[in-house]
Amino acid sequence: MKKTNHSDELIKLAHGGGGRLSQQLIEQVFLPVFGNEMLNRMDDSAVFDIPQSKLAFTTDSFVVDPVFFPGGDIGRLAICGTVNDLSVAGARPMYISIGFIIEEGCSIDDLRQIVLSAKEAADEAGVLIVTGDTKVVEKGHGDLVFINTSGIGVFDQDRNVSGSNAQTGDSIVVNGALGRHGMAVITSREGLGFQTRINSDVAPLNHLIEAMFSSTDQIHALRDATRGGLATVLNEIARQSGVSIEIDEVSIPVHDDVKGACEILGFDPLYVANEGVVVACVDGEKADEMVQTMRHKKYGSDSAVIGRITEKSGGEVLLKTEIGSHRILDQLSGEQLPRIC
Amino acid sequence: MKYIREFRDQTAAKKLSDQIHLDTDDTKLVFMEVCGTHTMSIARYGIRELLPDSISLLSGPGCPVCVTPHRTIDHAIALARRKDVIVATFGDMMKVPGSTSSLDAEHATGAAVQVVTSTLDALKIADKYTDKKVVFIGVGFETTIPTVAISLLEARSRCLNNYFVLCAHKIIPPALDALSRGDVAIDGYICPGHVSTIIGYECYKKIVKQYGIGCVISGFEPLDILQTIHRLVKQKKNNKPVFENQYTRAVKPEGNPQARAVMQTVYEVTDSEWRGLGVLPSSGLKIRPEFQSWDAAVQIPVDIEPTIEPAGCLCGEVLQGKVRPFECPLFNKTCNPDHPVGACMVSSEGTCAAYYKYNIRL
Repeated sequence: MKKTNHSDELIKLAHGGGGRLSQQLIEQVFLPVFGNEMLNRMDDSAVFDIPQSKLAFTTDSFVVDPVFFPGGDIGRLAICGTVNDLSVAGARPMYISIGFIIEEGCSIDDLRQIVLSAKEAADEAGVLIVTGDTKVVEKGHGDLVFINTSGIGVFDQDRNVSGSNAQTGDSIVVNGALGRHGMAVITSREGLGFQTRINSDVAPLNHLIEAMFSSTDQIHALRDATRGGLATVLNEIARQSGVSIEIDEVSIPVHDDVKGACEILGFDPLYVANEGVVVACVDGEKADEMVQTMRHKKYGSDSAVIGRITEKSGGEVLLKTEIGSHRILDQLSGEQLPRIC
Repeated sequence: MKYIREFRDQTAAKKLSDQIHLDTDDTKLVFMEVCGTHTMSIARYGIRELLPDSISLLSGPGCPVCVTPHRTIDHAIALARRKDVIVATFGDMMKVPGSTSSLDAEHATGAAVQVVTSTLDALKIADKYTDKKVVFIGVGFETTIPTVAISLLEARSRCLNNYFVLCAHKIIPPALDALSRGDVAIDGYICPGHVSTIIGYECYKKIVKQYGIGCVISGFEPLDILQTIHRLVKQKKNNKPVFENQYTRAVKPEGNPQARAVMQTVYEVTDSEWRGLGVLPSSGLKIRPEFQSWDAAVQIPVDIEPTIEPAGCLCGEVLQGKVRPFECPLFNKTCNPDHPVGACMVSSEGTCAAYYKYNIRL
């Protein structure tokens, strides 16, 4: 998504002061895009009925730098992140709140672009943005725009998916190629000295995940592999479920451009952030059929079985390397930083 | 990725592994990989699993961050603490512990420290922040040094007066020489591919001649390393230590004379302190007087805190191959990548970091 900048209208502190400028910002930037029956009431809270008794509720904050990156921006990211967190709990995402912390001096055109992207993602996911907030901080006290979203999802049927529910004999399935979001963001930062054409994978996965549940009721664990990447999620599942996992490096989908950029920077794509990758532990007998279903869905074309749960206890993730040897795939310590040589 | 995938082929790896097994008996063989990138590659691809038990791989002093003494880290930290300084550094240096702090910790308390991937980026920072002194932390071996030298030539030609280098560069041949004279018995060197693209064959031929230790320059892909180990195994089997170049697709006999000329224009050789190895004669570089205007050590005075070496840390012994990381009493106890005591645990090429990350305990 391209950043537009054809107006020099800028956010001022007064836009967050609660007075006329705040009102204008809401009426001219947010409401025309996000507007719906519930939001248009402009009350302090969104009020709604939910017939189901079991709900999922989540929150996430987004501070990505740069806010516009190849394949998306912070607006799309903020919606997809929360939609995906609800979806991997097995819930159907319904209502989203969105809070903006805007740095003084941010261009209103940029803000409008971010708002449009958020709306586009919400429409794609089929969720409603029902409440929101805006604050403005002094120049230098933020980084253009920070966003927090929270979301509520409902359970149309009872589902028991959890990181602690992975079973021996489960296959590990992913829906798409790894490392694209992290590499798109890092290679678009200033000062890195080289460019790539890697696009972020940021996407709402709720429809794909619904298709996975329709394919089988034997999904035991589901996670979205965001910060820390696939390796971190697998380690969490192994620890929480008290199981050992073995994955096969050759079967893990990673695009060549991501592999290449990782080689140059000394990164391991298995630890790089994704924003459109779901990891499922599913009954080994049902996995292939589910993968076939996923491959016909949007955001599922690269779906693959990448490994299996080998035994109870252990809590280790073992990687069979490209050359046929084995190594432990441990949790990441700190951030991956570009290396010397 | 083409031309990389071929060097990770499972069938070829199996074949090389079989050949290594065929050409070894129960005789213990100790090979040292001098370069930190080899250490990481060996761990990452699980190469030890493909070798017979009789072969031990030891890591050498080839991680530039790890051999950098505390005083240099403390110097960089002192520079970062100045309000008028922006420190530009390769990412590896960020978390390396100095006596009481690290660049990472200084950054967290407001110091201007920026991670760059090349000196060109550091020059760009200097262009952008003309009211600041931008100091590039020059750590690294022959592979890195020419790029830092070029940045100083560029600074001179553009009369940039706010770009500086803190020079802590070291060169590999004196370290290899010191190791070969040391008390760890080594049956062969897996020689650094990147460094050799600059320095060529000469240094290794001397090692073979003087110490009777086989030297094979190696690439970094798993098949490169397996082939190198096989060549060293055959040398031992034939009882004939020689020099060989496995990495012919990158390393020429003469190395890169142009890069060496650039280095010589900007730097002169000096005695240098290596963590673990002590002060080695003519093993480091300093900026020549003609380039003094861009030498951070000369132009930006700072008080460097007194050096405190961490008690119990065996980084120095690890760097000489005397101790394997898991034999250090601090390893995986008080020292881990989140709370590193020594540089070897935190650098991306550090031996302890490799052993920790890939859970190597053999």
